[in-house]
Amino acid sequence: MDEELRQILQIFLEESSENLDVLEQGLLRLEQGPAAGEELNVIFRAAHSIKGGAATFGLDPVAEFTHVMETLLDQLRSGRRQADAAVVRVLLQAVDALRALLAGAVEDDATAALASAAPVREALEAVLAVVPGTDAAPAGPAGPAGPQATVGDEAAPAGEDAGGWRLQFLPHPDIWQQGNDPARILRALGGLGELHLRADLTQVPSLEALDPAQCHLGWQGVLRGEVSQAQIEELFDWVTEQCELRLEALDATALRSALAELDSSATGEAMAPAAATGNAADGAADPVGPAHETATPPAPRAAAAAPASVAGRSSNFMRVSTEKIDALLNLVGELVITQSMLQTFGGALEEDGKSGMRDGLLQLERHTRELQERVMQIRMLPISFTFNRLPRLVHDLSAKLDRQVELRFSGEHTELDKTVLEQLADPLVHLVRNALDHGIEAPAVREAKGKAPTGLLHLSAFHEAGNVIIRISDDGNGLDGERILAKARERGLIEPQETPDETQLHQLIFHPGFSTAEQVSDVSGRGVGMDVVSRNIVSLGGRIEVQSSPGVGTSFTIRLPLTLAILDGQLIRVGSQIYVVPLLAILETIQLRDAQLRAPVQNGEVCRVRDEYVPVVRLARLLDCREAQPEPAQMLMIVESDGQRIGLAVNDLLSQQQVVIKSLQHNYRHVPGIAGATILGDGRVALILDVQALSSLRCQPTRPLAPAALA
Amino acid sequence: MARILAVDDSPSMRQMVWFALQRGGHEVFQAEDGVAALGLARQQPVDLVLSDVHMPRMDGIALVEALRRLPELRYVPMLMLTTESSAEAKQRAKAAGATGWIVKPFDPERLLTTISQVLG
Repeated sequence: MDEELRQILQIFLEESSENLDVLEQGLLRLEQGPAAGEELNVIFRAAHSIKGGAATFGLDPVAEFTHVMETLLDQLRSGRRQADAAVVRVLLQAVDALRALLAGAVEDDATAALASAAPVREALEAVLAVVPGTDAAPAGPAGPAGPQATVGDEAAPAGEDAGGWRLQFLPHPDIWQQGNDPARILRALGGLGELHLRADLTQVPSLEALDPAQCHLGWQGVLRGEVSQAQIEELFDWVTEQCELRLEALDATALRSALAELDSSATGEAMAPAAATGNAADGAADPVGPAHETATPPAPRAAAAAPASVAGRSSNFMRVSTEKIDALLNLVGELVITQSMLQTFGGALEEDGKSGMRDGLLQLERHTRELQERVMQIRMLPISFTFNRLPRLVHDLSAKLDRQVELRFSGEHTELDKTVLEQLADPLVHLVRNALDHGIEAPAVREAKGKAPTGLLHLSAFHEAGNVIIRISDDGNGLDGERILAKARERGLIEPQETPDETQLHQLIFHPGFSTAEQVSDVSGRGVGMDVVSRNIVSLGGRIEVQSSPGVGTSFTIRLPLTLAILDGQLIRVGSQIYVVPLLAILETIQLRDAQLRAPVQNGEVCRVRDEYVPVVRLARLLDCREAQPEPAQMLMIVESDGQRIGLAVNDLLSQQQVVIKSLQHNYRHVPGIAGATILGDGRVALILDVQALSSLRCQPTRPLAPAALA
Repeated sequence: MARILAVDDSPSMRQMVWFALQRGGHEVFQAEDGVAALGLARQQPVDLVLSDVHMPRMDGIALVEALRRLPELRYVPMLMLTTESSAEAKQRAKAAGATGWIVKPFDPERLLTTISQVLG
């Protein structure tokens, strides 16, 4: 396949996935009650587009499957069938099957998808079979064979120098009104074989009576060659209602006499034998040239040709590859760095010209910031992008688990970075599953507790202090503290004599291998849940918290940075090196006093912070900062990741600032404990610490992780 | 080289049509539905219209009907690009003023050939 075609196919696949979402959401709304006509049209068009595209791109199984679906949707649309729960259920299954089929088409391995689609297709066909007289279904076969393919060879005359056809073609006067030109058809006819034509001028009126917008010509002709009737009729397909067409099959002998007849009836007018070169029509039209010329009115034109960019005006959206945006974003990042570099050096300038320089720099700063925000916005998508998948999930799970759930969204227009959104999908799905499986009770149980039988699952998103907060709250049973404690002790997650407070207790559910469901269900999985959720959120530079009260409900709060390209960082100094710590990870910073330090235990030092012992990581040692004159750490920065707290021993706290994240892996190589790098205003490279990795690496503190400096 | 107005609500289908036609040296104007197409046709000379049938806001049949009423488009070929090959669907298109139809799936080469023939 052509590279360009491959790209278009890619667009088709993306678009199909959007169409599938439209289908799914429409079907779910359909289930809530009778839909308005336009809504059904939207659903139908979504399926129709997939079918048309799939057939064009040669994805026949997809096209054929969608055709069956579309037939059913067309019946719903035209009111011939009611969209009851059973029909919607089958259609929803069909959406899933179609999604798999499309995925299979990409991977060139459709075997599994085809196998799973087959029973769904049978179910669709079974639905279609119920009402008699459903064969009024819309479109024809969606198979790969287009109508442009020749439709059989039924009447092809046999024989070597076989015969051909005698034909009479009398266009109606109004044939031009629909943009059809007899000359085009005759030219195409000449392409099928050797065409002999004679124009019939008997109907041409006198010049005064002649209407140039009407066709007064007719043609008689003989076509020699192995041509089927279907081939000829196909050429006249568009004008069957605007002409008389008579065809007569001729054998070799009959053809010769027909040709002679055509010649003899010719009165010296042009009858050029037009072979495959296809000049038949022109030749035939020649004698009536003037009439023909005037009769094909050139469409009046507006003066100048508009620029090609008009095309862009028809749509407010365009698809741009994320690669291009990322390249742009990267450049803007460089610009920000250059700007802050200029500012640093500008401060050192002589007093002369300094104020002008300062003004210029201030303006540059304002503009680069704005530019940066604008470019970052390109990558932003509303969170509804991810939320929209959830109604289907809740629908399916409610049925499976016997729950009644009202799913409510708020703030679904809140925008997030595309990558963040994509990686957020799985954690959200998991949290919603958990809420239905472990949170919201069965209707009977709820009523017994005096609650409404229908539980509420509320997903909200909003901005708070440069972060996006996503909250998933249910009004279910809440977390069972006793059971968590028992399970944590059983698993050895805490010491038997430990009595964690409520917050600590709830935090335990994010611990790897923790699951309170007494029976493992196929809904919430096998205890590989919350810790994975937490890890995913942390890898996005965010964090997750849980609040819960028994019997009242549970609420998960996810805090995420707006984008992955920029980080709110705290600059710290370790010896002569500067590092960046993500601000979100920092809980507090305290003066480091030796009195608080406890003698090294098995895994190193610990520090008593209030009532808690926090492992201490000596960054200078861990990062192998070799200094001529070692300087004792002054401060302890308590950071948290994955529910684990560690204290980073540092020399000094410097400024807080947004830093542009540069991949260390792309520019150098992966270094454990380091998330990336950034360039500071003075041109120095500062490494960004990976707090999560540091807390798991602290167990091997003697092995240095990173070269001291790269700059 | 002709100015072709290609109307389809599916971006991939528009791309596909564009891809096929620009190879033939045609200038292609794209619109995502009948309303957009009508607006374009009013401000832009067009030699041929190639339109999908099922589209939001204004479908292909209504578009052809509206375009035929514009004096400068009275004789311009208008082809429906459609998956519907039933006689009834064709009849509706013809009644609205369509020149002819090309049934999806289409082969880019064939599309180009058909269009060159229509343009003469």
